[in-house]
Amino acid sequence: MTDSEPHIIVRDLTMAYGSFVVQRDLTFTINHGDIFIIMGGSGCGKSTLMRHMIGLQKPAAGQVIIDGFNFWNVDIQERETMMRNFGILYQSGALWSSMTLAENIALPLEEYTDLSTNDIKEVISLKLALVGLSGFEEYYPSEISGGMQKRAGLARAMALDPEILFFDEPSAGLDPISAKLLDDLILELRDSLGATVVIVTHELASIFAIGNNSVFLDPETKTMIAGGDPNKLLAESKNPKVQNFLTRGKNKL
Amino acid sequence: MTAQCEIKFSKPEAKKLLLQLSGDWKLENNIPDVTAVEKELQPDSGIQCISFCTSEVTGWDSGILTFLIKILDCCSKNNIRTEIDGLPQGVQRLLSLASAVAEREGARKEFVHEPFLVQIGSGTINFVRSTIEFLNFLGEVSVAFMRMLRGKARFRRLDFLLIIQDCGINALPIVSLICLLVGLILAFIAAIQLKMFGAQIYIASLVGIGMVRVLGAVMAGIIMAGRTSASFAAQIGTMEVNEEIDALKTTGISPIEFLVLPRVLALVLMMPLLCVFADLMGVLGGLIVGVGMLGISITEYYNMTVASVGIDYFLIGIFQSCVFGILVALSGCLRGMQCKRSASAVGDAATSAVVTGITSIVIATAIITILFNIIGI
Repeated sequence: MTDSEPHIIVRDLTMAYGSFVVQRDLTFTINHGDIFIIMGGSGCGKSTLMRHMIGLQKPAAGQVIIDGFNFWNVDIQERETMMRNFGILYQSGALWSSMTLAENIALPLEEYTDLSTNDIKEVISLKLALVGLSGFEEYYPSEISGGMQKRAGLARAMALDPEILFFDEPSAGLDPISAKLLDDLILELRDSLGATVVIVTHELASIFAIGNNSVFLDPETKTMIAGGDPNKLLAESKNPKVQNFLTRGKNKL
Repeated sequence: MTAQCEIKFSKPEAKKLLLQLSGDWKLENNIPDVTAVEKELQPDSGIQCISFCTSEVTGWDSGILTFLIKILDCCSKNNIRTEIDGLPQGVQRLLSLASAVAEREGARKEFVHEPFLVQIGSGTINFVRSTIEFLNFLGEVSVAFMRMLRGKARFRRLDFLLIIQDCGINALPIVSLICLLVGLILAFIAAIQLKMFGAQIYIASLVGIGMVRVLGAVMAGIIMAGRTSASFAAQIGTMEVNEEIDALKTTGISPIEFLVLPRVLALVLMMPLLCVFADLMGVLGGLIVGVGMLGISITEYYNMTVASVGIDYFLIGIFQSCVFGILVALSGCLRGMQCKRSASAVGDAATSAVVTGITSIVIATAIITILFNIIGI
């Protein structure tokens, strides 16, 4: 697959809770191997957009097309098959608290593969080693720190070697060094697994360091007001809101 | 003692009001009421400009700010110019900071009083909606159950065993204590009445039938509603708050199969056992009163109990307890799954699980009793 092939296409997407519209007319394309950033101020619907792309919330109107299939039009079995290609890191990690880290990672593997117990064990050790948590197999999520929970969540998200990785505010609550390490890890994963990465964040350092495509949501007009490579946006965008956001309010146009 | 805060008005020029503040302007120091100033600023007073002198102010905090903001609001309403350079530097800066971001339109929540009919209407709609939600939930659980019968449902055996331990063995002490006492109380009340007729021996029948047919199951059910249903709601609710349920869904695992099914099964299995135990303890309570207070011998009491409590009563009790098990587990899990994303929502879920559990137990008891009456058991 070439890098420029579209992987996810979002077309005229309108998101709403009941009659309250969060965002409307969102249209953008995510190519294979992109690191795509969903950005915007607090409360503009970034996480909601992600929930629409991973199948947790049905769009009020519009389409999400993944690998050519209309995600919300196919029947439920097909959608579940598509969801199997997703790896998702939730904002809080969302590790299942009644299970150890090993069991957390094992669950999707047991669900979708015919691996033997021994093979699963090896995969678990590998995934934990990738995120720097070797030896923590038998720990419960409550016994490790927030940063470690995030990394363990990432290990679980990668359990099935997904084609698309979704991250909801991966660096929120992490110190700058851990955040940088996580960024490096994300780049590494994209390069080695060839995965497409979608990140919800407003961490400017990460946005510029790893993003190569983006969409900017605006809470006031309730739609996207910019998109594309964040570095280009910073250099070329004439939109005062975008400039303001990307420069922490220093470049007021 | 700190100087009281005071305010003096003077008019150095016509149409200009000078406010001289003095003393310690802090929140705890009885700051003067702002209405006195507002009176001075009435449109008919002809004042067009106000200024401040604060050279005698010895200290200030948020108290002076809230006071000044009220005055500034009043001035802008009456088109009066304000000269704030007489205020301390810090106060000036904080005032300009407070007015830097204008209040967002529509941000303030409005509480509209709804007319009575509207309240009835929305109440009815909510009731219908929650009934539909409950039926949906019931349907999903039934589907999950069928999948389990076909060997397709997925949940962890360890979770199942832990839940059994929690709602079975761990609930035994409280269930036995309460049921022993209920049996005791029942016998005690009956004893006073039956003694008058010399019919003390019928205490055994009364306590036996009462506990075995209804009370054993109902008491065990209510205890489990308070204990286990609340804990189910809190567990599942917290998982919802932590996005753990979302994580299950996106992994393709049905939360109904994974979380609800083992809980319902565990309670349906454990409730009859608890019920048997509750029956026994209740009869034991009656026996203590009968033997200790009324002088009936243990053999007599035993024989009377066995003679009056038929196997059909026992089976009715067991059947009821199975139904209660389903109800308690369902109400706990349903409220947990409906939980919103905040700490207080988890509390609400637990409360409403207990209320739903107990209410449904009482309603189910009534229905079952009437039904069995009609079929004549």
